[in-house]
Amino acid sequence: MNRFIPYLVLLVAALWIGSSWMYPKAGPGEFDLTSFNRIPVLAGGRIKPFDTVARNSLLILSGKQTVRLSEGGKLSASHWLADVLFNPKKADSYPVFAVANQEVLGMFGWPQMDKKYCTYEELRQHIPKIDEEGKLVQEIEAPKRTPFHTAIFNLRNSLYLYQRLKSSIHEEGTVDFGKEIETYAAAVAAGAETLKAGSAPLDKERMALLRSAAARYENQSQFSYLMVVAPPAGGKEGDWLTTGAALMRVKSPDKIPASVAALADMGDAFRANNPAAFSKVTREYAGLLNIEHPEWVGRTSYELRFNQMQPFYHSMVLYVGAFLLACISWLCCPRGLRKSAFLLLMLALVVHSFGMFSRMYLQGRPPVTNLYSSAIFVGWGAVVLGLVLERLFRDGIGAASAGMVGFITLIIAHHLGSSGDTLEMMQAVLDSNIWLATHVVIITAGYSAMFLAGFLAIAYVVLGLFTRLLTRETAQKLTGMVYGIVCFATLFSFVGTVLGGIWADQSWGRFWGWDPKENGALLIVLWCALILHARWGGFIRQRGIMAMAIIGNAITAFSWFGVNMLGVGLHSYGFMDKAFPWLLGFVISQFVLMLLTRLPANLWRSFCNAPPKDVKAAGFLADSAPVAH
Amino acid sequence: MSALRRILDPVCSLRLTLFCLAAALVLVFAGTLAQVRFGLYLVQEEYFQSWFIWWTAPSGNLMLPVFPGGHLIGAVLLINLVSAHIRRFSWTWKKLGIQLTHLGLIIMLAGGLATDLFSVHSYMRIKEGATSNYSEDSMNMELAVIDRTEADTEQVTAVPGEVLADGGAINHESLPFRMEVRGFYRNSKLQMIGEGASSVPASTKGTGARVAVAAKPRATRMDERDSMSAVLEIISVKGGESLGTWLVSDSLAAAQEFEADGRKWSIQLRPSRYYKPYSLSLQDFTHETYPGTQIPKNFSSKVNLVDLDMKDSRQVLIYMNHPLRYRGDTYYQSGFEPDNSGTVLQVVRNPSYQAPYVACVIVSLGLIYQFAFHLVGFSRRKKAATTS
Repeated sequence: MNRFIPYLVLLVAALWIGSSWMYPKAGPGEFDLTSFNRIPVLAGGRIKPFDTVARNSLLILSGKQTVRLSEGGKLSASHWLADVLFNPKKADSYPVFAVANQEVLGMFGWPQMDKKYCTYEELRQHIPKIDEEGKLVQEIEAPKRTPFHTAIFNLRNSLYLYQRLKSSIHEEGTVDFGKEIETYAAAVAAGAETLKAGSAPLDKERMALLRSAAARYENQSQFSYLMVVAPPAGGKEGDWLTTGAALMRVKSPDKIPASVAALADMGDAFRANNPAAFSKVTREYAGLLNIEHPEWVGRTSYELRFNQMQPFYHSMVLYVGAFLLACISWLCCPRGLRKSAFLLLMLALVVHSFGMFSRMYLQGRPPVTNLYSSAIFVGWGAVVLGLVLERLFRDGIGAASAGMVGFITLIIAHHLGSSGDTLEMMQAVLDSNIWLATHVVIITAGYSAMFLAGFLAIAYVVLGLFTRLLTRETAQKLTGMVYGIVCFATLFSFVGTVLGGIWADQSWGRFWGWDPKENGALLIVLWCALILHARWGGFIRQRGIMAMAIIGNAITAFSWFGVNMLGVGLHSYGFMDKAFPWLLGFVISQFVLMLLTRLPANLWRSFCNAPPKDVKAAGFLADSAPVAH
Repeated sequence: MSALRRILDPVCSLRLTLFCLAAALVLVFAGTLAQVRFGLYLVQEEYFQSWFIWWTAPSGNLMLPVFPGGHLIGAVLLINLVSAHIRRFSWTWKKLGIQLTHLGLIIMLAGGLATDLFSVHSYMRIKEGATSNYSEDSMNMELAVIDRTEADTEQVTAVPGEVLADGGAINHESLPFRMEVRGFYRNSKLQMIGEGASSVPASTKGTGARVAVAAKPRATRMDERDSMSAVLEIISVKGGESLGTWLVSDSLAAAQEFEADGRKWSIQLRPSRYYKPYSLSLQDFTHETYPGTQIPKNFSSKVNLVDLDMKDSRQVLIYMNHPLRYRGDTYYQSGFEPDNSGTVLQVVRNPSYQAPYVACVIVSLGLIYQFAFHLVGFSRRKKAATTS
């Protein structure tokens, strides 16, 4: 029976993952939002499906990917987006604007509460005030803003985004867009006729219609958040247009671009609450785009699948599972649980890799392009290394550490990802796949190794202090692991840092500029060099290596995030101040753990009754006296 | 022999290595945090490109070295590395990786030191359609004294800004007058008389007669730089009579003219210029963004390079990550003028720019070899353990 437990665990987990692969099927009386989700649009410089626009916008406004309705029940992101685009009046009544700052709530005369999700309706009357305050904040440098400043500034940006989204297809308040554009196109054609004939001037009514339409379309085009009009087959990314811009080029009713006509029909059906008509038009339009731009639709369909699966969420849960199983395996049922943990970790890595490689395919870039993706890659690298260790030593420690690092890094990624599109376009200077693939990947792999070594060292401390599991053999094995991983980290950090210097030499004209991010990388290299030389010189032994590896965690965290919080230098893309208390807490916790390694042997449960020979091997008594070699 | 050894042993000891590494760690960490307050350039000067970090007493007249600076740590580490390398060098396969790694590090440290000492950074600004044959270093100023008597030639005498900082009198054989520094401001603010609090003119002659000058704290932000000013008294060498005091400043765009010894002169404090034996003309500057956004995608400058000495004339495209390397100078796309009307190229002259490339390859090979050597040993032992 014991032999089957691991495979049973794996099967259950695999089924759970598999269930997320299914699309929710739209019933006959429902809007076919899956087809709607797949439709490509251009936003933020790249082509993405409506689904991504919906999820990211909602994340920016509310920090969530679904809307919790005040009357109970949930609304999917895409349904919300459809309302925003086609039926803004309805959308205005959804509680999607998260306001958590007490001063901001007070400014509106609302009672203080933890966090309020307000509707656009509720905020409408305060918009002039928000706009005014937000403009003032704009003048203040980011590091000097108070929480109130940041909150009001973000709220202003949210409102602006929401208003732009609402105008992405047509102006707010449009009732029958299909009819409107037909009348307009007919007027344009008639106008052209009269001009050609050179006879009587255009009648006044048509003149007025054309003039007001031109003004509105110009406005819409300026304000629109999305470019929804796909170019004809064979067009390029730069050829996408807003509906306004597309309409201003229209010559006659039969020349209305397919995208505009389809979106108008979709909107009219949606407003009229006619699911059958909506689903039919949406499917037809999606099918048409698939014929004209198979490559784009292929990519947006893939992105939709990727969004749907939420691979990083699933692997995060699996990492926790693997960590717990590995920990329990030390208490009971070691073989079965250890194997379960190992298999679960493998599955988690597969899902994690799927997510990471999907992002690479969608973006056409190496894995690390911003802070968010660096968190994903750091976790991935650490888990790969941890699995190798687990395979070699089969003692659950590699699996537990890998599970822990995987979980923490994905949590970090989750929080970093709430600021919008994580597949954003790269700034000009970063636009170099060769350097992204070498320097950035290698240096991030160095972070992975540092964290894995640090967490292995934490495992040493926890096992040694609180359990009797740290036998002489286990302790030596762990030390070997930490040493090996630190060697790996040295290699990667050093090579990555130097490659970064060479990239800087190629693009900025200096190999080294003492920029905070560069200094952070250098700190890791110096720390690794210190660990290795102190060990080779016999200045530190088991516990010394562990203590230094734990501090390595703090140094790596500083160089990964801390330097970005300083707000200086050329690398500070991705400034974040919210995470500062977390970083500080982490660094302090590492110093506490480091101090724990200095406790005398009689306080360590694993060593208090061990033979003196073992205690000495662990580095007690002899820690500071160098051994001859 | 033993006395020599007593001196040499500490120099190449591992303890010294560890000490240097730890000191470097502290220095880099402190230097990074200090950038928040003092900015990158000031910290670079005071922490990393110095022999000591100096602490100035609040009274301002006592300075104490409190920590070794970047140059000192680097130099000691270099000596330690070289001597340890010589002392412990042994030709065995087991040590090959270590030897290679440290050889690479020596090259890298030496190259870094050379870069610090000999590299020159400057900027060349060219408007579209214009030609330039010099670059400017806005971090270093020069006082340009120009003889403009002949209409078609200019005789330029350039005095480095640092000489003004030292104060005293400036004499040069090509000048019929000497200039005595009456005031010097590393960073300054100019205000028209009547607008600000001060109503004391900065000088008796020239623009300075209508302007007040005040000292400002050194610039710390990335987007700011110091604006140097000085007040000079010009005294004729022949007669010894004073031609009045003159204000020269980075903030004054135009040169000021006066007559001395029957010749026409102009003085101006301006960014140091480096003249090139060739010229670049900007044909076209492009600034691409991603569709529908303001995110920059690429900047590029199409320039014509004309070199009469080398009889070279060709068209070059300089863009992000693709610099132009020519006769020891490297031109990088660095910025652009407002409205995309011109380009800003960073010009770097660094004789040792290849050192890191060589060092990186050597160190990487060394580390890979060493760790692979360990890994093979480890798996062999593991295999032996499992079979027994």
